[in-house]
Amino acid sequence: MRVPPGVSPGDFAAAIKQFEAAVGKEWVFTSDDDVELYRDSYSPFWHEEEDRVPSAAVAPDGVEQAQAIVKIANAYKIPLWTISTGRNLAYGGSSPALSGSVILDLKRMNRILEVSDKNHYALVEPGVSYFDLYRYIQEHKLKVWIDPPDPGWGSPVGNSLERGGGRGPLHDHFATVCGMEVVLPNGEVMRTGMGALPGSKTWQQYKYGFGPYVDGLFSQSNFGIVTKMGVWLLPEPEAYRDGTVMVARHDDLVPFVETLAYLYNSQIVQGTAALDSPLLTYRVSKGGGVVDLPGDISVAELERIGREQNIPYWSSELHFYGPAKVVDLQWEFTKERFSAIPGVTFKEGRSYRFPVELKDSDDVLRQALGIPNLSVFGFLGKTLGHMDFSPIVPLSGEAVFEALKVFGEVYHEMGVPPQNQFISLPWAFFPRAFVFLFGFQIMHDVEANKRNREVFRRLIEACAEHGWGEYRTHVAYMDDVANVYSYNNHAMLRLHETVKDALDPNGILSPGKSGIWPKRLRKARA
Amino acid sequence: MKNARAFLLLLCGVTLAAPAFAAPDESQIDRGHRVYDKWCFPCHGTGVGKPGTESLAARGQKPAVLEERTDLTAPLIKIFVRHGVLFMPTFRKTEISDADLDAIAAYLTRNNKH
Ligand SMILES: Cc1cc2nc3c(=O)[nH]c(=O)nc-3n(C[C@H](O)[C@H](O)[C@H](O)COP(=O)(O)OP(=O)(O)OC[C@H]3O[C@@H](n4cnc5c(N)ncnc54)[C@H](O)[C@@H]3O)c2cc1C
Ligand code: HEC
Repeated sequence: MRVPPGVSPGDFAAAIKQFEAAVGKEWVFTSDDDVELYRDSYSPFWHEEEDRVPSAAVAPDGVEQAQAIVKIANAYKIPLWTISTGRNLAYGGSSPALSGSVILDLKRMNRILEVSDKNHYALVEPGVSYFDLYRYIQEHKLKVWIDPPDPGWGSPVGNSLERGGGRGPLHDHFATVCGMEVVLPNGEVMRTGMGALPGSKTWQQYKYGFGPYVDGLFSQSNFGIVTKMGVWLLPEPEAYRDGTVMVARHDDLVPFVETLAYLYNSQIVQGTAALDSPLLTYRVSKGGGVVDLPGDISVAELERIGREQNIPYWSSELHFYGPAKVVDLQWEFTKERFSAIPGVTFKEGRSYRFPVELKDSDDVLRQALGIPNLSVFGFLGKTLGHMDFSPIVPLSGEAVFEALKVFGEVYHEMGVPPQNQFISLPWAFFPRAFVFLFGFQIMHDVEANKRNREVFRRLIEACAEHGWGEYRTHVAYMDDVANVYSYNNHAMLRLHETVKDALDPNGILSPGKSGIWPKRLRKARA
Repeated sequence: MKNARAFLLLLCGVTLAAPAFAAPDESQIDRGHRVYDKWCFPCHGTGVGKPGTESLAARGQKPAVLEERTDLTAPLIKIFVRHGVLFMPTFRKTEISDADLDAIAAYLTRNNKH
């Protein structure tokens, strides 16, 4: 049996016995076969020593059991890595940052405590998946929508704590969080926001409570174990429609994104908008890149091809939700605004009234209509999965040009051929910013994975040199990313460490999460 | 799945050693159906947007929908669920317990000819 670093086999055996007494033998996993199930299924370290492998897993069924586990972990200094649904694929799955950690698997805590379709919120435990919440809402015929990320098997708790994103009007998931219950590293239970007031009637209705707003401290962090969370839901809208805007020339992207930003920040365009480029897709189909590579088909040449074959340079499908009359007007207004760009064209899209029974022939993204599913995995083809590189860049055309140039330089310098670049154009997952998503393929080939990790790390640096940083990252790169958020001699990371040391002196919760290490495991910074 | 070759050998071994016939248990099959609907149908079901079915169809597998197969064996199903394949990840026991997995296997082998 593997033991956590710095823990003696005797102590570990004693801790395991106590975990078993706390949750039942059945819910403590120590055999190699069972522990294997907590590895990252999309690991960039296949067949390497560096692969993040836990020593055991323990699965409580309630907050008291979670508290008991934390107390035992404190007594023996056992690192616990918390997961809710543990489907954090592309960012580490259910694996820890520190090999030998014990996974604290909250999947069994799967109660839906409340769903309101009068004021549109839910209170859930960590093991509740988007599928579960959707099913509950359907069964109870409630008039609310959830906002699932592309894969529906994750959870409102896990995904929101990672500050993930969805497709509908509530796509910025951490922004929908309202009230948490947290087990602190000393085993005490705390409630945030209005939940700090005993008998509060507005825990899921008002986020901020009184005094400093602390919920953010528990996102992408290792300061506590979230055991309940409020999330806001969308009142079922009357209607949905979408439409596509297309512009012809390369430089049109500047006014295009400026217009998009106006509409998006005014909440006229509501769903997540993704930038697309039919001409760059054409270039890729000819073996070229999305990014700018030396010797590839030039911008001028692409524009000529675009004119001849009537292919737009840039486009975006925009999504509208609300009263039928209003969404029609929003689309009208959107077209009016974009019409300032010479040569702009529009394509009418889909239109639905709710409730609706979708047919197989409806090609709409189910998740954009609040319906969780796993269809996104269809894009993965015959692959073993991927890890995501996801830098935030400004919501502007100029930033996209610069990013494609910088990424092109890195890829050229590192000799990455276009067919291995796996970059898509940026999305507006979050208000007022773009995020690029690169899906690095995972292979059962040690050398290829090593090479990809080097490219990944080079991209982190290159982005930082240009003022861009990742919105979240795979467990393999948490130190690298934390390291570039270094303003004023790492003032922010030093604050995290101060908080860590104060709240968790034994360093038991998720060591290494977001580059935050407890004192006893902290390495000197360069 | 530390060693991909060992995994392949294991797979072959298991395919050859099909289990002895046991009478299907209706309640077990029912339970399996429910667990399958929750965890497998989103990828292996019928209808649009089912990437497991699409992948098997692309491989030329007929039928591509697991529920229509009559050639899957319980040990093989268990290996796939606990080891994953391509982008199908492993499933933890807090998601699908061993008893749930037995039930899935009973469900997916219910039409096998013996
Ligand atoms: C093909 C594909 C598409 C994807 N598309 C999207 C997408 O559209 N949007 C998106 O956001 N992501 C996407 N992802 C990434 C990821 O799969 C999802 O974000 C997923 O929801 C995260 O897993 P989870 O919800 O099960 O969270 P978990 O794995 O349970 O948690 C994630 C992390 O949060 C922390 N954490 C979890 N629970 C707690 C807790 N209770 N207390 C304290 N800390 C905790 C832990 O550090 C944990 O590792 C995609 C991945 C793939 C492979
Ligand atoms: C994320 C999507 C996904 C989910 C969820 C999923 N699978 Fe799969 N499954 C796949 C893919 C992809 C393959 C490989 C298809 C191929 O070989 O092309 C596969 C293959 C299989 C195979 C092998 C079939 C063969 O003939 O090779 C079995 C058996 C299987 N899955 C069972 C299950 C069961 C049981 C579940 C539910 C517990 C499940 N899968 C859930 C995607 C998924």
